[in-house]
Amino acid sequence: MNVGSHGGICGHSCCLRIQNLGVTIGNDSILKDVTMHIHCGELVALIGPNGAGKSTLLKAILGQIAHEGTISFSVPGQRNRKVKIGYVPQSPTFDPGDPITVCDLFACCMSKRPAFLGVGKKMRAKVLQCLGRVQAEGLIDKRMGNLSGGELQRVLLALALEPLPNVLILDEPLSGVDVEGMTALMDMLDEVRVNYDLSILMTTHNFDMLKRYANQVVLINHTVLCDGTADDVLSGKEFAQVFHRTGEAI
Amino acid sequence: MEIWYKFCELLPFSWLEYDFIKNALLAILIMTPLLGLVSTMIVTGKMSFFSDALGHSAFTGIAIGCICGISSPTWVAVAFSVVFALLFSFVRNRSAHTADTLIGVFSSTAVALGIFIATFGGKSFTKYNEYLIGDILSVTPSQIGILALVLVLVVVFWVIFNNRMTLTATYPQLASSRGIHTGLMHTVFTTVIAVIVTLAISWIGLLILNSLLVLPGASARNIAKNQKQYHLLSVLFALFAGIVGLILSCGLGASAGASICLVLAFVFALTFCFRRAAR
Repeated sequence: MNVGSHGGICGHSCCLRIQNLGVTIGNDSILKDVTMHIHCGELVALIGPNGAGKSTLLKAILGQIAHEGTISFSVPGQRNRKVKIGYVPQSPTFDPGDPITVCDLFACCMSKRPAFLGVGKKMRAKVLQCLGRVQAEGLIDKRMGNLSGGELQRVLLALALEPLPNVLILDEPLSGVDVEGMTALMDMLDEVRVNYDLSILMTTHNFDMLKRYANQVVLINHTVLCDGTADDVLSGKEFAQVFHRTGEAI
Repeated sequence: MEIWYKFCELLPFSWLEYDFIKNALLAILIMTPLLGLVSTMIVTGKMSFFSDALGHSAFTGIAIGCICGISSPTWVAVAFSVVFALLFSFVRNRSAHTADTLIGVFSSTAVALGIFIATFGGKSFTKYNEYLIGDILSVTPSQIGILALVLVLVVVFWVIFNNRMTLTATYPQLASSRGIHTGLMHTVFTTVIAVIVTLAISWIGLLILNSLLVLPGASARNIAKNQKQYHLLSVLFALFAGIVGLILSCGLGASAGASICLVLAFVFALTFCFRRAAR
């Protein structure tokens, strides 16, 4: 098991490097001295108790909040390249009454033509192609508010994959998804990771999935407590201390 | 306007005999699609209470304009409403209170300030009644010109910003992750509503204006399946209610604004009954 094992040098040429990241809001230090590397083609699971700063770390990577430290991305032959990030936010709720279809949502995100004038044939074909990446073509005319938890995550995943990012970030993608849906979603993420050589960073409270799908698990509680394989982290004393002490169910 | 008057004379409607009714019809043909369009976003963004508060702030602006001795207090009201909308957005972005609590705070303060200024020094409130009830028959050709200009500007704004506003209203986290400045979008849209509400208040009336900003969108939402249908139905319902309401008011001698609102309420009831069949 590694504790703060990542220094400034990384053997991987394709890597998102987070160095000494800190976030302070008001007088509260939410994150301090977070250093981690996310390699291309790897799925990294970020775990920690509620209030540990997981969502804050994602927001810092997305550039939505001010932070200390550096975040850089490099691919072979190019250092400090601008990273393209695809993001699936936490537990979105769409009003079932809102007349906005999956196709409308994609058009709003991808097209300059206003969605209220209708979605053109070319855009519809493009939306179908995007949905095809997650086997969700049949959902194109469904209202967003009528999608199940698993369907919604697939649609949002398809949206996050267009344009194809370097790093895909998912905030609690398994919450609100039933057990079958979880396995289907994780299989899909695994397929996407392999097919597009994507780095995937996701937060989760579902530890059952980690051994099977995560290449790396990072336990944080305001700072990185430990990282390594799922077996290493889940059997480590830091994990036991954090979750037993706070009384959360594992 | 001459072309419009001649066109009206060609129509076989006896109620279109007078010029002021021809003016009112033209104003309705311009204003109702405008309100129908904006209504879609007010309903989606859950801002119906906010647009009501803007109407109250417009009244305060008119009272300030009157006390300053300005002959056309509408422009003071527009300026005041825009300031009100910006101040509301500023406080909302920095407060832990929910939007409905803040709207309650701003709305009641605006009304209290308006009544205080209007009655200051023992003055009578009666002259402000026209702003409460509204009178579409008093619209002048120059005011219709301003309405037409506002319609064009709002349509252009809608074409450019609709996708970003829809995303901001339905899924703000996704919108900001895709580079949309959601706070700015919200502020710009509230400013647009502020201008429309204030301009419409003297013809529709403070008490019922909000129904025109909510009912077309709410009725369309009952039966629309997608964004195209939603916008189209909202504009058509507003237009239909505007024309039928004006005809009813001419025939029965009742307030045009109230008649339009009642027709819209009827449309809402009808679409409500068919909402399941439509989906």
